[in-house]
Amino acid sequence: QTCLLIGTEKDLDVKTSKYNALNFLPMNLFEQFQRLANAYFLFLLFLQLIPQISSLAWYTTVVPLMVVLSITAVKDFISAFFPPSIVKIRLWHAGIQGSLSCRIVTEKWMNVQVGDIIKLENNQIVTADILLLSSSEPYSLTYIETAELDGETNLKVKQAISVTSEMEDNLKLLSAFDGEVRCESPNNKLDKFTGILMYKGKNYILNHDRLILRGCVIRNTDWCYGLVIFTGPDTKVMQNSGKSTFKRTHIDHLMNVLVLWIFLFLGCMCFLLAVGHYIWENNKGYYFQDYLPWEDYVSSSVFSATLIFWSYFIILNTMVPISLYVSVEIIRLGNSFYINWDQKMFYEPKNMPAQARTTTLNEELGQVKYVFSDKTGTLTQNIMIFNKCSINGILYGMSLVSLGRYIPKEKVDFSYNKLADPKFSFYDKTLVEVVKKGDHWVHLFFLSLSLCHTVISEEKVEGELVYQAQSPDEGALVTAARNFGFVFRSRTSETIMVVEMGKTRIYQLLAILDFSNTRKRMSVIVRTPENRILLFCKGADTILCQLLHPSCRSLKDITMDHLDDFASDGLRTLMLAYRELDSAFFQDWSKKHSEACLSLENRENKISIVYEEIERDLMLLGATAIEDKLQDGVPETILTLNKAKIKIWVLTGDKQETAVNIAYACNIFEDEMDEIFIVEGNNGETVGGELRSAREKMKPGSLLESDPVNSYLTTKPQPPFKIPEEVPSGSYGLIINGYSLAHALEGNLELELLRTACMCKGVICCRMTPLQKAQVVELVKKYKKVVTLAIGDGANDVSMIKAAHIGVGISGQEGMQAMLSSDYAFSQFRYLQRLLLVHGRWSYNRMCKFLSYFFYKNFAFTLVHVWYAFYSGFSAQTVYDTWFITFYNLIYTSLPVLGLSLFDQDVNETWSLRFPELYEPGQHNLYFNKKEFVKCLLHGIYSSFVLFFIPMGTVYNSEISDYQSFSLIVQTSLLCVVTMQVLSGREEGKEGGKISLETTYWTMISHVFTWGSLGFYFCILFFLYSDGLCLLFPDTFQFLGVARNTLNLPQMWLSVVLSIILCMLPVIGYQFLKPLFWPIIDRIHHCMRHPLPYPIRTKLKHTASRRSAYAFSHKQGFGALITSGKTVKAKLPKRNSSHYKR
Amino acid sequence: MAMNYNAKDEVDGGPPCPPGGTAKTRRPDNTAFKQQRLPAWQPILTAGTVLPTFFIIGLIFIPIGIGIFVTSNNIREIEIDYTGTDPSSPCYKCLSPNVTPCICTINFTLDQSFEGNVFMYYGLSNFYQNHRRYVKSRDDGQLNGDPSALLNPSKECEPYRRNEDKPIAPCGAIANSMFNDTLELFQVGNASDLMPITLKKKGIAWWTDKNVKFRNPPGTDPLEERFKGTTKPVNWVKPVYMLDSDEDNNGFINEDFIVWMRTAALPTFRKLYRLIERKNDLHPTLPAGRYYLNITYNYPVHSFDGRKRMILSTISWMGGKNPFLGIAYITIGSISFLLGVVLLVINHKYRNSSNTADITI
Repeated sequence: QTCLLIGTEKDLDVKTSKYNALNFLPMNLFEQFQRLANAYFLFLLFLQLIPQISSLAWYTTVVPLMVVLSITAVKDFISAFFPPSIVKIRLWHAGIQGSLSCRIVTEKWMNVQVGDIIKLENNQIVTADILLLSSSEPYSLTYIETAELDGETNLKVKQAISVTSEMEDNLKLLSAFDGEVRCESPNNKLDKFTGILMYKGKNYILNHDRLILRGCVIRNTDWCYGLVIFTGPDTKVMQNSGKSTFKRTHIDHLMNVLVLWIFLFLGCMCFLLAVGHYIWENNKGYYFQDYLPWEDYVSSSVFSATLIFWSYFIILNTMVPISLYVSVEIIRLGNSFYINWDQKMFYEPKNMPAQARTTTLNEELGQVKYVFSDKTGTLTQNIMIFNKCSINGILYGMSLVSLGRYIPKEKVDFSYNKLADPKFSFYDKTLVEVVKKGDHWVHLFFLSLSLCHTVISEEKVEGELVYQAQSPDEGALVTAARNFGFVFRSRTSETIMVVEMGKTRIYQLLAILDFSNTRKRMSVIVRTPENRILLFCKGADTILCQLLHPSCRSLKDITMDHLDDFASDGLRTLMLAYRELDSAFFQDWSKKHSEACLSLENRENKISIVYEEIERDLMLLGATAIEDKLQDGVPETILTLNKAKIKIWVLTGDKQETAVNIAYACNIFEDEMDEIFIVEGNNGETVGGELRSAREKMKPGSLLESDPVNSYLTTKPQPPFKIPEEVPSGSYGLIINGYSLAHALEGNLELELLRTACMCKGVICCRMTPLQKAQVVELVKKYKKVVTLAIGDGANDVSMIKAAHIGVGISGQEGMQAMLSSDYAFSQFRYLQRLLLVHGRWSYNRMCKFLSYFFYKNFAFTLVHVWYAFYSGFSAQTVYDTWFITFYNLIYTSLPVLGLSLFDQDVNETWSLRFPELYEPGQHNLYFNKKEFVKCLLHGIYSSFVLFFIPMGTVYNSEISDYQSFSLIVQTSLLCVVTMQVLSGREEGKEGGKISLETTYWTMISHVFTWGSLGFYFCILFFLYSDGLCLLFPDTFQFLGVARNTLNLPQMWLSVVLSIILCMLPVIGYQFLKPLFWPIIDRIHHCMRHPLPYPIRTKLKHTASRRSAYAFSHKQGFGALITSGKTVKAKLPKRNSSHYKR
Repeated sequence: MAMNYNAKDEVDGGPPCPPGGTAKTRRPDNTAFKQQRLPAWQPILTAGTVLPTFFIIGLIFIPIGIGIFVTSNNIREIEIDYTGTDPSSPCYKCLSPNVTPCICTINFTLDQSFEGNVFMYYGLSNFYQNHRRYVKSRDDGQLNGDPSALLNPSKECEPYRRNEDKPIAPCGAIANSMFNDTLELFQVGNASDLMPITLKKKGIAWWTDKNVKFRNPPGTDPLEERFKGTTKPVNWVKPVYMLDSDEDNNGFINEDFIVWMRTAALPTFRKLYRLIERKNDLHPTLPAGRYYLNITYNYPVHSFDGRKRMILSTISWMGGKNPFLGIAYITIGSISFLLGVVLLVINHKYRNSSNTADITI
């Protein structure tokens, strides 16, 4: 028994947390110790508890470990119990329930189960895959919009099978519905569905026309009932969205590799020192037993050396600093907050600030090389605007370029027309004046617009027309006609009612010559009230030109000029024409038409031949230009990103024409490009051939064996290989559609595709399924050592957002699917350049500086022990006080480095945006890589050498000879040196890349952090070495009085100054020489010296060449639907529906 | 019909706007901190700043180095190795452990008189007082006079924790190996008569050590009573409460003991042994001439190739004789200066070409 329900909407908290109050602590600890680093420190702790090898007090590890664990635990706690507000997902709940009382119950979508019957209403977003049973529209048609799924904005029709549509909204019948559906198992094919409905002993075939998919929006349909087939993860959209994987950055991977390297290095060191110990024990220790006997358990120096190995393992563990991971997290968190706080990424109209939904990917934003962008809703606003027109050779509508986009313009007053759409705006008064004057051609032009279309109108309130257009272009055209006084008011299957300048006229609709992809035009034939038969045709200019009557040749030339202008503004154009038909001729044609329609064989062909017979000798009316409105700043953004050597690929579900048009409009394709390749083969061979020939053209010789990449590929067939960058001979573009892509993504062709596509400056993939989008992203990820970013707004982008290294969600017009699975979210495409060039670049620089510095400071810190080993009998004696070791990473050096990595800016934001070239080093990962790491290691070794031998020279055989004073000198020098290193440092890099380890940007906070922490060190020093503390715990705090006695010795300060200078001199020299040989540093320095450049307005070049921009994003078959009368609502008496209400 | 709402208006990612249009704006605060616009100082290394730095460092370091070097050279210091490994040495006889007590005398000559306070050190070489096991082999609680630690010393003291079932005071390898040679100094007068030189044994330890860190077990009884129940370290001849007759310098607060307990950083070290205070302004503390060093040789170092030395030294404002710092300063100063010149040349050669390609805006 199934009953139904109606929807209302409620906020719903989606709790994703695995914790609750009770299990938090044990579970969190368990999880934390699963991390390698933490487990390692736990292991170290156990080692330290073994007295025989314990070379460090237990608290040196416990204190940092506790701090680290509690910071992470607090972070986890906050994210588990105080999730950021965005986790609150608004879900629609439309209802469902199985109770015997046959009521309509409201339920949350979350609770909807397979087999429930639910009721959907107009404008609802469907969140399950639903088999349509019945709807309010005639023939149980239901209109849906699938922009979320495929990016197409036109309406689509679904129809219920007749048996179920009879139930309409009769609750009794519906609740008694006991059909059984057998269907395929959940899969990701959006355009296929097969199943059988067994109902009342009969079987009915089900196909995808009966299925409303999750992510669709119900339009133009008051209500419909459906049976839930798939829910949640089984739905087609979710099946397409790919697995969400935990994303880690390249730096993360590098860090893990480096930590392994350090482990190896550590092992080697310990081994060497153990060998040293063995030799020492044999040569010296053995004889020194008078004063220092071997322990009972030590039988030989080999055994002793084995113990020493582990003792050194404990001492040198600070090379793998426990605080590394925590500090990295803190830095990333801080940089994420900067993104959230950025006012320049706040979108006022939607009250929507940018959101860093993931806090672990920041530095990757500074390394992006490929951007995969959706088109609809991301690049475009998904709004069509009637922008200009050319009527009878006269151009109306002002040029965008001459006006400038931002100059306020005066809107045309349409108050003379009561039926005008208030939202429509037009800026050329002359056209209105001409209309009012009653110009014949202009009237005919608008009449044609108001007649020749497949729009359906709705007039719920008198005078308030709502158009349901199948494509937004058409909607824009009919709305334009409506505003200028030719209002399309309603239609039946045989008539069209038009209000012409206030007068209602009814045209008889004789035929609709429907649109098809090959025809690229549509026509209507109408009989006017004056009994004239007119044919109105609109279509692509390239097609329509050939059908014109020879007499309008001169007009055609002028109009073509205008079309060129339109195209150069990136507008979508259409040509309009008409023809007056002779009644007899039409009768004759009509007969042929009916015959053709009835013929069984080759019907399509025959019909189109018949159509061609009548669609000729047309008289040109004019042309329209529609702006597919781009989001603000899109072309500028793409230009900037291109300069930063970021490649942009558009992956869209939309048609090729529309996609290419947008690609030109937003600078992805340029007219200066040498060639644009189109891949549209229908099988693997042709596609492969097309790809290969394209590559041959871009880089002659690239198909030969001798090509380095080819020979590389033949020699290295192991799967995880990367294809090196290939440089084409010019700038090229590539267009590939979904069908060809399916072939290209198969097996051996994927490499061809990748190599060809990666050489192109811009790539457009159209007609893509969501899964294909992900596949393309995966392909690039797999074979290219680059960081990819996917940006999109719809449910169809979820898969690629999840697949890419970084997913960016545009919080678009509808739905939040994309945003919810994204890592970063904002509401305008143009914020992308700020995210990458400013925040990404800073984050990357900061992270790199942090890592180099962090590794350096720990090497310098730890390796001093190694030098000391040579003078302390390799006995694993530490140089420093144990408390210094405990606090070194935690307190003494953490603040300066945090200051560095949270506040540093090598160049300010204005310069980052002005010189996108500054972004390039990040893409090649120049600022921190294995080479840089080795440099850090060498630098650390040098510093530790200086830091040990200068103090040693100072105290050697002198009156300050005691160990504790020596410790104090070394640790004070160390701290001064590493702190100085923050403020002045090194620059490294190769091939123009560079990093300055120094803080280049000194804010007050950096000052406080740096000097404060140095001062803090001395305070702690006096505290730790104070009488009281030492008397309370004499065994733990042994350094009583050392600070007082040693800090006033001049030798000590002379030695500290000497260490600092000796550590800094080579660094300063190196850094000074660097810009002489690497000019990019010069540029950065220049930028630093001149904080504010003069703003330059990017001048947008508009493409000059002509493109056939056919404006229909249309589907075939609507014409037939209209003439058959199915779309016309029967004026059924409205039933009293009060009993549905709650 | 049921509720009619427009999906477009509702699902915009923002919070639902309460009716009345008083929607709370989520615009981020416009603070310098949040917008990363904090005023900042950006130091840049240019020829104008770096080159002078190098020269200035050179110009500062070289004079300092010379100053330190001269000061260090003016310090009078004499070092006498009395280990006795050389058969010709008077202490050669003491190498054999059978001769006890063994007293040997070494004579030496001061070419120049020592003025001001003179410090007398003993120096050991190849003695690993910084070995980890050695360093930790002590009980600071016991040394601080903790009665419980006195009778139950820390495990760290093993194997010098207990002897014959009695706790050792002071326990541990450090205390056990305390230096116990006695050094005496005599000036050879004009008539070859020996004038003993007063060696002051107080004031050689840090004040903090003597008064805070090291304390005898509490009580008013004689020291012997307070140390009751403990035994002397294995190597020691006398128990700890008999180190000195002076009550203020006996037991754990004996300064020789305290100095020894402050372990050395390196295997070659010197420790302060005695002070020779200057007499008055007219006479040098140690006039030039011949001296006798009288050694009661108790401390064997021969077995591990160790060396023993006696050092007499005056001090200056920067402590004792230390040629290292002076030489290091002069070297670094010169290197810095040289680097400055080299950089200047390089800068001249390359900067011109790179500067011409300045950024054109």
